[in-house]
Amino acid sequence: MTEILIKNGFVFDPLNGINGEKMDIAIRDGKIVKSINDRNAKKIDATGLTVMPGAVDIHTHIAGGEVNTGRMIRPEDHIKDAVRKTALTRSGTGYSIPSTFVTGYRYSKMGYTTVMNPSMAPLGAKHTHEELNDIPLLDKASYPLLGDWWFVLEYLQKGDLEGCARHVAWMLETTKGYAIKIVNPGGLESWGFGRNVHTIDDPVPNFDITPREIVCGLAKVNKMLNLPHSIHLHTNNLGIPGNYVTTLETMKALESVATDGKPVCHITHLQFSSFAGDSWGNMRSAAEEISKYINNHSHMTFDMGQIIFTDTTTMTADGPFEFTLYQLSGHKWVNSDVETETSGGIIPMHYKRTSAVNATQWSIGLELALLVKDPWKMFMTTDHPNAGPFFKYPKIIAWLTSKKARMATLKKCHKKAQKKSLLPSIKRELSLYELAIVTRAGQAKVLGLKDKGHLDVGADADVAIYNINPEKLDIARKYITARRAFDSAAYTIKGGEVVVKDGEVVQHVDGKTMWLDVEASEEVKVDEEMKRKFKEYWTVEYENYPVFDHYVKISDPITVKASV
Amino acid sequence: MIVLTPIKKFQFPIQAENINPDVFQGKSVKEIASLPVWEGNKKKKLGDLFKIEEASAEAPDITINGDASEVRRVGLGMKTGEIVINGNAGMHLGEKMRGGKIVVNGNAAGWTGSSMKKGLIEIHGDASDYLASPYRGSTEGMRGGKIVVDGNVGSDSGCYLRGGVIIIKGNSGPFLGFHISKGAIYVEKNVAARLGANMAGGKIVVSGVVEDLMPTFTVDGVKGKVKVDETLKVDGPFYVFLGDLAEMGRGKLFISKLSNPHLSLYEQFL
Repeated sequence: MTEILIKNGFVFDPLNGINGEKMDIAIRDGKIVKSINDRNAKKIDATGLTVMPGAVDIHTHIAGGEVNTGRMIRPEDHIKDAVRKTALTRSGTGYSIPSTFVTGYRYSKMGYTTVMNPSMAPLGAKHTHEELNDIPLLDKASYPLLGDWWFVLEYLQKGDLEGCARHVAWMLETTKGYAIKIVNPGGLESWGFGRNVHTIDDPVPNFDITPREIVCGLAKVNKMLNLPHSIHLHTNNLGIPGNYVTTLETMKALESVATDGKPVCHITHLQFSSFAGDSWGNMRSAAEEISKYINNHSHMTFDMGQIIFTDTTTMTADGPFEFTLYQLSGHKWVNSDVETETSGGIIPMHYKRTSAVNATQWSIGLELALLVKDPWKMFMTTDHPNAGPFFKYPKIIAWLTSKKARMATLKKCHKKAQKKSLLPSIKRELSLYELAIVTRAGQAKVLGLKDKGHLDVGADADVAIYNINPEKLDIARKYITARRAFDSAAYTIKGGEVVVKDGEVVQHVDGKTMWLDVEASEEVKVDEEMKRKFKEYWTVEYENYPVFDHYVKISDPITVKASV
Repeated sequence: MIVLTPIKKFQFPIQAENINPDVFQGKSVKEIASLPVWEGNKKKKLGDLFKIEEASAEAPDITINGDASEVRRVGLGMKTGEIVINGNAGMHLGEKMRGGKIVVNGNAAGWTGSSMKKGLIEIHGDASDYLASPYRGSTEGMRGGKIVVDGNVGSDSGCYLRGGVIIIKGNSGPFLGFHISKGAIYVEKNVAARLGANMAGGKIVVSGVVEDLMPTFTVDGVKGKVKVDETLKVDGPFYVFLGDLAEMGRGKLFISKLSNPHLSLYEQFL
């Protein structure tokens, strides 16, 4: 394998406390090493450039049934962004739901090396992994949806947490998943009967259980299994004015689970869960209330779900929420009910500056990111493609690092939203160090990826080099130059290979698929009762259900010792 | 003023968005000949596929003499000038057009005037399917301008119309005016099934026979004369239908009373 020496760059490595020091980074056999023989190594002169660990995306819908259906219903989305093949790269299409190869290329172009696909219906796990296999240049993992999974509900109903933990361990291995994903707990099961839950204490039909019990139960299970990531939660009442009360209640409910100071829950796309007001007419930001709570507690982590003003496609397992969107927009709508597991919905959505609601949503995302003081708690995402396509991240970087940039956008927004926005009163501008936390170090830490998100000896050689000289370029003032630099990395190094140079893909490398191999003291017994349930309630027989090893092209199992 | 003549019968589709008065403006014949076009999956120069000559200043900006039925996207997004095609035109002619004029002395293929915003397209032959309709899946229909077709049109014409006028002097295929919300369509002859399905606004005027009317339209009255646009008034009498009720629509269908005796049963509801 190649040896690479990155010389003289300004290194930002927050996990090791390195803030813009001039350093050399040595790479051998796909890992960061202390030093290498100068003569044989390929040298990259990074003088005057910013060197960061490869970026990590904690939440991006890039593969699976809902993504594919989204592609299918949006030919008009693809025609405006056709990508031709080159000698090295394959052809494909964008825009809001890029094809697999284009997804890999575009992420890599921005310096991303690890991405997490957050919503995998267990029944669609095989399909999800087949698609993940086709996404090049990135390490990936996927979170199975377990919050409305019948077995989990049954165990929690009985109060059998240990049984539930063993079952979840079995499910993570069966679906080759990485974390427990919960979407609108209880709501998806209700949606199967045309209903929804509206508070965290509403009963779930047919199960004597509430969303509060599901979230707390699975958070405890997560702890018992010692999983690297916490539970990954999409809250109840998402996208409905006044829902911040539910979000606060959920966070408070989880306080009791947190005992050792470690985060017990990650609330994703928080922007969609931070609406105040009681109708769309008087909907306003609850960023102040939410961020006040976050600043005083440390048992939770979050990501933004920042709105981008563009034409995109919303897709989530939250079927009832998509139905609400359908009633608002009248756009083409896909609804699905995945047997005993989850539901799903897809609707195209055009976020407009001229819409008071959309502009307020845009403002909420940034307010949250800026008002939460600790960057290790709040990460940058768009919940791709729900709030905007991922390749618009450089725009968010500009908004976060430059008050000038966000005021320029705010000026063009709906008057009502401008008046209500807190942004004019917020002075904070993220530094490159903080930016490295919200785009890679923090996300890697929360995901429990030990070899990612930092550049210490032994870490994976995933490095992004940007054309930014922190001594010369003031990113707060020259935000357009900075945006361009983050849009096309000078170099992206993945697993010790240079894959992108000056924003162009120069090498094709396949990424790994990470999954958890949880070792519990006692394996789940697949008994006759379980098989009977599969026969009775699923369209797929138990024997055909698991994702076998050969489905994963480059498998990277991570062994976890559970305490049950 | 440029005259283009195809030098062969094209076997593969030509993507020629560069045949456009805005692009040609201020360029010499030599520069025009070197403009890029795609022939199938091969990148070519315009001069490889067309004989390019200069014509008198009074002639239209661009004239294509010969069969251009494989030449697609001519006049994409054009703002000014005039294109005349003496022969058949290819797909996506005048797509997203924002001004100027296109005349086809022959037939036009699918998606002519797709999503156009302004300008005039005259087709002296037939137009194929999807006249003025947006690309598949899109709801960004025609917003303004005018299309006149002397012959017949295919199916799914005028879908998602949001403004502008379409005048069809022949017959129309099924699904005419699907999901329109504004603007006007006039058909001088007959219309196939599912006229105005899902319409939410706008008007469709038919002087000929309407094969069958969707059950989601309700009769509102009879009118003597109907104004299609500022320049065109049509004599009736016309039945007036409102719909599409399935979409809570407020669109209007004006259907000739004399040509459609089978609709007289609706008169009992007046």
